[in-house]
Amino acid sequence: MAVEVSVREAYGKTLVELGKENENIVVLDADLAKSTMTQFFAKEFPERFFDCGIAEQNMMGIAAGLAASGKTVFASTFAVFASGRCFDQVRMSIAQPGQNVKIVATHSGISVGEDGFSHHSIEDLALFCSFPNFTVIVPADAIETAQAVRTAAATYGPFYIRLCRPKAPLVFDHSYRFVLGKAVMMRGGRDVTIIATGLMVAKALEAADKLAREEIECRVLNMPTLKPLDEKAIIRAAEETGAILTVEEHLQHGGLGSRVAQVVAKHRPVPMSFLAIKDFYSSSGKPEELFRKHGLTVEGIEQEVQQLVRRKD
Amino acid sequence: MKPLSLPDMAKKAKKLRRHIIEMTAKAGSGHPGGSLSATEVVTALYFKHLRHDPQNPRWPDRDRFVLSKGHAAPLLYSALAEAGYFPVEELLTLRQLDSRMQGHTDMTVTPGVEMSAGALGQGLSFGIGIALAGRLDRRDYRVYVLLGDGECDEGQVWEAAMAAAHFKLDNIAAIVDRNRQQIDGWTYEVMDTEPLTDKWRAFGWHAIEVDGHDLAQILDALDEAKRIKGKPTAIIAHTTKGKGVSFMENNLEFHGQAPTADEAERALKELE
Repeated sequence: MAVEVSVREAYGKTLVELGKENENIVVLDADLAKSTMTQFFAKEFPERFFDCGIAEQNMMGIAAGLAASGKTVFASTFAVFASGRCFDQVRMSIAQPGQNVKIVATHSGISVGEDGFSHHSIEDLALFCSFPNFTVIVPADAIETAQAVRTAAATYGPFYIRLCRPKAPLVFDHSYRFVLGKAVMMRGGRDVTIIATGLMVAKALEAADKLAREEIECRVLNMPTLKPLDEKAIIRAAEETGAILTVEEHLQHGGLGSRVAQVVAKHRPVPMSFLAIKDFYSSSGKPEELFRKHGLTVEGIEQEVQQLVRRKD
Repeated sequence: MKPLSLPDMAKKAKKLRRHIIEMTAKAGSGHPGGSLSATEVVTALYFKHLRHDPQNPRWPDRDRFVLSKGHAAPLLYSALAEAGYFPVEELLTLRQLDSRMQGHTDMTVTPGVEMSAGALGQGLSFGIGIALAGRLDRRDYRVYVLLGDGECDEGQVWEAAMAAAHFKLDNIAAIVDRNRQQIDGWTYEVMDTEPLTDKWRAFGWHAIEVDGHDLAQILDALDEAKRIKGKPTAIIAHTTKGKGVSFMENNLEFHGQAPTADEAERALKELE
């Protein structure tokens, strides 16, 4: 098993580094600083940290006003609140004017687990990808998280970075360089392509190892940037492997699968399959139990690939 | 900008009202009622109180006026044009395709517009962000946010009210255009916000009530807000919707409806 490292801690520590390098960086939170890990920044730079209390809509408006005044603003809360509760505020105050606000949301997806469906953020990618002007990133591990956060700070405009609660297995080493809008080929293969994001990347790699023993060679693409999407990498995958499976910890509509399918349908139709959260709200449970309910497991990926390969002509 | 005298300001207010009628009539749509009610407030700000430079709309030390009730865009555009941010002729392009005079404000296209607004309830939060940035940067500019009284139905307004007091911001003032009407009727019928002034006080604000059509009272209140330290100030400006045009006053039809050509002619006669 790979080493597991907290992506939230990677975010929090990177914020502190950025705060030291750039005094223009301001951080906001909505009474979740201990969970989102903005607490490190708050401790180091109390004058540049504002806890807005349990008032996320107000936080997004304050973020926009700070950004309009020249600040690079990071605003954090849980993914359910950042997306659902503040949709209108993010839309009018941040997305439409293209403000320099980085929304870094934690506790996304169903891996938040036991808290139950009120806290399962399964619609957030559909919502954030629907905004013109927004860049949307789902890092796969702590190393990619740190780099994505740095890239967001250095790139003008609104960003949504989606982080999970559990520690994530490392899939990169420190030589990795995140490039905005680019897919990362994690493993070569010509039989089928698995495109994954977030926690699903490690599972896809494990499944690919197992499938190789059955002589099914999977290409595995990590797709950290959902918007703008690396269309070239997707078209190449369709051309060179002839089948694509997407795997994501988000509803089956509006996220990675939908976005990849749009590219494939337009440019190079090939058989596709989609592993995602199914169209219902889940109960409380351990993350792995919930993943099993939706087939988001190594075995689930293996089975899906086996079926998909049979659909190739 | 050189501040105007009280009589000249009164003339300027009348001019802004004429623009509002002409713009909305030409566009065939828009919100004259809530633009006419806040005309004196905006006149007092742009032609006397605010520190601003129409030749340099992005001047870092400028005072900021944030129009939270974005449907009063015709009023803001009129003031900005009269102040010299862009040619007055451009006002008549209101609501046209690709015009800088968008139906509701767009901060990315119109010189002098600080915030894109239209969905109500968001301006005070935005203003707090600007005020916090001013404090961090040690700039002494001030922030003025104009809210509608119907807009105070929105929960976010009170989240922001709580936060501004919590952050002890004394470089921000909220002005409520208390014209007592909203789309579905009188505010006391639709959603009663009274006691409104007490609410602001309870949220930790210094609160002042003025006749929102009396320029001297408005200016005094703005000066008082500047003197209050350690807390934000709310100015409740009692106004009349559609003020200045007899058949538009307190007439809900003109909240979101432009005057016809005939009505515009009659209105402009009254505003001579």
